[in-house]
Formats: sequence, structure tokens, C-alpha cells
Amino acid sequence: MSPITLILIAIGLGLIGWLAGRAKAWSFKSSGPELRTSSRPVYHAWYVALWVAIPVLAFAVLWTVIAPQLIMQSVLATPAAQALPPFGFEREAFINEARAVATGQASAVFNAEAEGLVAPFRDAIGRYNLIGIVVTVLVALVCGAFAFLRLRPDFSARTKVERTVMTVLLLASLVAILTTLGIFGSLVFETVRFFSFVSPAEFLFGTKWGPDTIVAPEAIDPSRYGAVPLFWGTLFIGAIIAMIVAIPLGLMSAVYLTQYADPRVRAWIKPLLELLAGVPTVVYGYFAALTLAPIIRNAAVAVGITGASTESALAAGIVMGVMIIPFVSSMADDAMAAVPGAMRDGSLAMGATKSETIRRVLFPAALPGIVAGIMLAVSRAIGETMIVVMAASPAANLTANPLEPMSTVTVQIVKLLTGEQSTDHPATLSAFALGFVLFMVTLGLNFVALRVVKRFREAYE
Amino acid sequence: MNAPVLPAADASGDFARPTRTAVFEQRLAKRYRSERNFRLIGLAAVAFSVAVLVFLLGNMLINGIGGFQRAELTVTIDFPESGVTGDSQSLSASNSAQTLEMQGLPAVVAFYAEAQLGAAGAAELSDDGWRDVAAALANDPTLIERKANFDLPASSALAAALQGEGPPAMQQLAQRLVADGKLARNWDGGFLTRSDATNPQAVGVWGALKGTMLTMLVTLVLAFPIGVLSALYLEEYAPRNRWTDIIEVSISNLAAVPSIIFGLLGLAVFLAIFPNLRSAPLIGGMTLALMTMPVIVISGRNAIKAVPPSIRDGALAIGASPVQVVFHHVLPLAMPGMLTGTIIGMARALGETAPLLLIGMRAFVATPPDGFTSPATVLPMQIFLWSDEIDRGFVERTSAAIIVLLVFLLAMNGLAIYLRNKFEKRW
Repeated sequence: MSPITLILIAIGLGLIGWLAGRAKAWSFKSSGPELRTSSRPVYHAWYVALWVAIPVLAFAVLWTVIAPQLIMQSVLATPAAQALPPFGFEREAFINEARAVATGQASAVFNAEAEGLVAPFRDAIGRYNLIGIVVTVLVALVCGAFAFLRLRPDFSARTKVERTVMTVLLLASLVAILTTLGIFGSLVFETVRFFSFVSPAEFLFGTKWGPDTIVAPEAIDPSRYGAVPLFWGTLFIGAIIAMIVAIPLGLMSAVYLTQYADPRVRAWIKPLLELLAGVPTVVYGYFAALTLAPIIRNAAVAVGITGASTESALAAGIVMGVMIIPFVSSMADDAMAAVPGAMRDGSLAMGATKSETIRRVLFPAALPGIVAGIMLAVSRAIGETMIVVMAASPAANLTANPLEPMSTVTVQIVKLLTGEQSTDHPATLSAFALGFVLFMVTLGLNFVALRVVKRFREAYE
Repeated sequence: MNAPVLPAADASGDFARPTRTAVFEQRLAKRYRSERNFRLIGLAAVAFSVAVLVFLLGNMLINGIGGFQRAELTVTIDFPESGVTGDSQSLSASNSAQTLEMQGLPAVVAFYAEAQLGAAGAAELSDDGWRDVAAALANDPTLIERKANFDLPASSALAAALQGEGPPAMQQLAQRLVADGKLARNWDGGFLTRSDATNPQAVGVWGALKGTMLTMLVTLVLAFPIGVLSALYLEEYAPRNRWTDIIEVSISNLAAVPSIIFGLLGLAVFLAIFPNLRSAPLIGGMTLALMTMPVIVISGRNAIKAVPPSIRDGALAIGASPVQVVFHHVLPLAMPGMLTGTIIGMARALGETAPLLLIGMRAFVATPPDGFTSPATVLPMQIFLWSDEIDRGFVERTSAAIIVLLVFLLAMNGLAIYLRNKFEKRW
């Protein structure tokens, strides 16, 4: 039985419970007009429905985990299974094939050896499906009857239902903590495993990056796991080139749109700028790799620079900067809007021009907010993946020349984890270590930036 | 009363406006100039951003229009003569392609192609061309009783030659076939209904689109309820204590974590639990749901905050319980805002590629996924995969796929803006 069927069964049974509960609650009403029930009939109905649906769902989860194993056991116990090869790939293949035929996913077996297994599989699946349905209905009946019998005019079904609702709400908000813990836990776990092969100092301060994926895990050369070229590439593309593009353009766009532009023009231009942020990064990557990179390379060659690469850091950085413009612009917008109007008015009243007011009063007063916005922009840029995967180079290179190929942390994570290598190889694990560094750096940047923004708001309130 | 003592005006100064000396005028002109320049720089910054946007979209559009066309060779097949048979039932069955293949349809197509296009022309017919014939037969089984024309995809070499690229011999062949009326670039509606293939003339986005829809459905079903419920809890019920602080901090951090980190989580946790669901929409949707959920929580909390306290007080005053207040009054009023935030979060998830790359949704998927657990790919991933192809024919196809993706994103954002304008209440 597929999980969806089980969920549908749970909903169906719950609905029956709901109707039964409401019918009983209505019958209290009709038994005496002066009788006041503690809760409205709909809460009685929900009480029974929850008592049916939750146990059924719990059983469904349990059953989807154990049923395949039970089916497997009973199939392997049949005489046909004794003919299977004892171990290895073939055995798995035959079993999978027979299962696919039995469940109707495939029309016929490819290997004749699997043929004999089809019938036992079909029997076992049919048998356990029947058992599953019977137990589901039994669970629903027992729990539903228990809840149904508890319904009385003075039974406070509402309190019980509301308590369940509150539990569900609390559980929902715990998902965020679980996700954070999951990220942190999995990254730390794999990183620690990686550090049993390569020492943290070598990883963080080594200057040569070139994981040897084909070498046996025990024979790797730790000196090829120095991530400094990657950190440098990430910073150079995300925090230097991209910011050289994004900060002036973003700031000046914000200034023009909030201080100078006609409101009607602003109503049109602002959504257009936001569109720039809504374009998927894969589209930017495509643009950087296929349109901008050749232009930059040809321009560099034309002015006589040899060795310019089509995978240059410049193309990726510029496009990334363009992507960040709306982000910087809206952060600067917020920061300048938070500056009290009196400061601006005072400056204008003293005879300063608009640009003098902006440069000498508004900017300095909004500086903490703008800096925090830039930090958030940097954290977004260094975590950006698709643009650099498509436009930057897979080969790590420690250089300050923006026309040379350069790699970033995210490029290496993608490169190391999209192949077909074993999950225990240090090269694979190093991707998690890189991810951990990225996670901690972006977390730190965000944390500091949010603190600065908060304090800055408080200062003017 | 003494008249105020005026500073001595210099020779050029206006006696009525004694401060406006020549030096002053110069300084003022300079200040105004710098004001004008500053303003122009601002205008230039805005103009640059808009120009980049226009260039980006225009570039995609111009390339993409070519991507909605393909080079097609016209082949006439006489079915009664060929011996391929079938009735309306067998031809519209789901396995009709296999039945026709066993009847030798590929050879039949090749035979007629050779007779009509010559050996050189037939060699440039895409290997999978007969599948288009089979699909046409499935659509219209009556074709099998007569002679019919089929426009079949050409090989990518011939397609390139048609556009004036590639070796001269091939270009001559293309010119000959065009002159015979056998080769043309036609509008390719099938681009929206086919799936991935190795020949750029035979590819389509439907497989990726369906994968996207399945993935987004999983994301929506998981992220929307969890996001809305946790927004309600945090905004309406959560006690002010350490735990609530931890929840809030982790939500605001999750909203800022790079998306690739969610891919690492999906790889290390989800794929470790379900190892045989690699590249399934279920896992992709779960990963994207974790990424979308914080966005929904944050926008949901803002929507709840916007509901005035008088609504809550009124409901409490007539005896509603706290749960009733929220579910009967606050939630319906906050719903439009929450939906807007959800759509924006979903639009972001729709364009996301990096986390899905890590959980293996980069498989070559030639048939549309038929469920939440079958291998699939998504539209942004298809764009990424095609952009890596060496064949020139894929460049236009990639742009066309980008247009399809942007149309979806624009539609979603448009819907969000419409919802916001229609249902937004000012209290």
C-alpha cells in the first residue's frame, strides 16, 4: 500500500468518526431543550475524528516502515527464493525485478530466474496489504469507540481539541529548530570525519587545492586539501568584484529613487529593479557563461592581455553584483528611511543642497544600517552557487588577476558531490567541511548584521 | 534705531543682495553643478540596472524564439502499403510505441525517408523520428488507413547547416532539401509536450515541467501548513522565554542560510534515510520545503501583526477561546498576506537549482516522471543541464526553456501582487 492510500484511508476513517461524533452530540440537544452541552457539537465531532485519525496515521507510518521487510521475509522463506544466488548484485537485481512485476511497475521480467519470485511476491504483497487494512480499521474502530463512548453532554471536548491544536502548533514551530540542528549536526558530523583524514590546520591554511578523488582514502595527500585558494576565490568574486558593482549602483539607485525620482516613475522603476532579484540564478549563470564571459575575454585579448580566460572571476563577479543590486538598494532604502526626517529637514533649512544633505547628513546617519545591509549582501553573494558553478572555473587558483579562472567554495561543493564517488572518501567529506565553513561564515555575518540593524533602529527611536 | 551695518559690497556685487559676491556666485554654481552631477549619477545607476534587465530579457527572448522552432524533414508514409497495422484501441494504448516498434515502424520510416529524401537526406533524419510518427498515430489512429505527411526532426548537424553553419557539404544538402520543400524550420509546439533527448531538435520541457510541478506540490503541502502554524504560534501564543527566542533566531537564520546548505542537509539526512529515492520529486520537495518554510513564517508573522488587536479583543469579549479567536478571526484576516508570502517563497523555490543539484535531480530523464518517487528533473535544472551541452542546437533551446521558466515566475509574482492589491485591508 502506498503512503498516499494510507493517508486517504486515515482521512476517510476520520471523517466517519467526525460524522459519528457530531451525530451523537446533536442527539444530546434533541434529548432535552434545556440541556446545555459543555462544547458545541463540532468539537465533539473533532474530538472523535482526531482520536481516529492520529492513531491511524501513526500506524500508517509504522506500517510503511515494517511492511516491506515482512514481505521480504515471507518471500525469502518460499522455495522459489532458495534458488537465488546467495549474495551480491544479481540477487538484488532479481528481487527488484520480481517486485516491480508484482506491483505492476513492469510488464515482464527480464531475467528468467526472477520469474519464479513473481508469484510469491504477489501473494505476500496481497496478504500484507490485507493485514494492513484490517489492522488499520481495527485501530480506527477501537480508538474511535473509546472516544465516542466518552462523549457526554458535560464532556469538555473543546478543551481537549484545543490542547491538541496547541500541541500541533508547537510541533510546527519546532521544525525550524530541528532543521537548524539537522544542518548543524550533519555538517559537524561529516566535518569531524573529514578531519580524521586531514588536519584542520592543513585544511584552513593550506594553499593547494586539488582533492584526489581516485586515490584510496588511506593514501590521500593531505597537502592537496588546503582551502585557502577557495576562500580567496569566494571572497574575490563575492565580496570584492560583486560588491564593487553592487554597492555604488545599489546605493545610488536607492538615493535616486527615494530622494529625486517622481513618485510615478518610482512606482514603475522599483518593481523593475525587484524583477532583477527575482530572476533565477541559473538564468544569471547562463548569461554570465554564454554572453558576458566571451565579451570580457575578447575585450581583454583585444587590448593585448594574454591568458584571459572564459572562466574568469570577472564575469561571474559582475553578474553576481548585478543580481545583488536590488538587495543593496532595498537595504539602503530602509536604512535611509529610518533616519529621522528632522535631521534631513534641518540640513535643508540651513541651505544645503539635496546632494549635500544626502552625502553629509543622510549617509553618515544611515551608515550602520547601510553597512549591515552590505554585510547581508556579502553573505548572500558568497553563498551563491549557480552563477559561479556555470561561469567560474572548477580549478582552484590563488591569484589576484580577475581575468584568470578562479574557483569558489560552492563550486567545489557541487563538483565534489555530484559525481559517483563513495560517501566515505575524504574528497566527498571535504565538501561538507567546506559547507560547514560557509555556514558558519554566513551565520556570523547575518548575526552581526542583524544586531547592527537592531541597535541602529533603537538609536533613532 | 540704527540701520543694520551692511558689509561692503565689492565692485561686481548687487547692492540690494550684499552677500552674493562673485566668489559666492562661483561657489554656488559649483554646488549646483555637483548637485546636478549627483542626481545624474543616481539616474545613471537606475538606468544601468534597468538596461541590464532589458538586455538580459531581450537576449533570452531573441535567442528563445529560435528555440521554439526546429528543423523538420517532411516524410510521406503510406501506411496501407507499409504493412504497419493497428486499430484505434491498440494505437491509443499506453504501450503503442513498443507495439509499433515491434512491427518495424522505425524501418518503415527509414525506408520512406530514403525514397523521398535520398540516402544523404535520410541519414540526417533524427534516430528517434519514428517516435513522433508513433505519437501522431496515437493522437489520430485513422492515419494508419491512409497516406500521411509527417514533419520529423532533422539531425542537429542538418539543423545547424540550415542556419548556415557547419561543413559546406551539409549546407548544400540543406539547400537542396529546402528547394525540394522537404526541409524547413517550423514552429515547434512539441517543445512544450516532449521530454529531454540527446538531439536538440527532439527535446522538450514537459518532463522537466512535470517534475517541477510535482516537486512544488510537495513543497507547498509541507511548507505552507508548517509555516502558517508556526507563524501563528510564535505571534499569538508563544510565551516570551528562552525557547521562543531560540525558535525565532533559528527561523531568521534559516531564511539567510545559502540554499546550497539545504542541499547538503538533504544529501546527508533525507538521502541517508531514503537511499533509493535519489532524484525523486519527494526528496526535492522536502528539501525545498525546509528552505521555503522560514520565508512563509516571516511573511506570515507580518500579516498576523497587521491584524489590529481590537479584532482579538472583540472576539475574546464575547467569549471566544484563544484558539477560536485565532482560527475564526485572526487567521482568515491574515490569510491574504500569508498567501502572498507563500507565493513569493514558492517562486523562489521554483527558480532554485543548487540544493537539487546536490540531491541528484540532475538525471537525464527522457520520460516525464509518473509519481513522487520516480526519477525527475526540474525546469531550472534542465536549463543548467542543457547549458552544459556542447551541441550548438541546445543554446536556443536553453533560452526557450528560460522563457518558459520566466513566464511561470512572472505569473506567480503577478498573482501575488494581484492578491495583495485585492485583499489587502488597511485598518
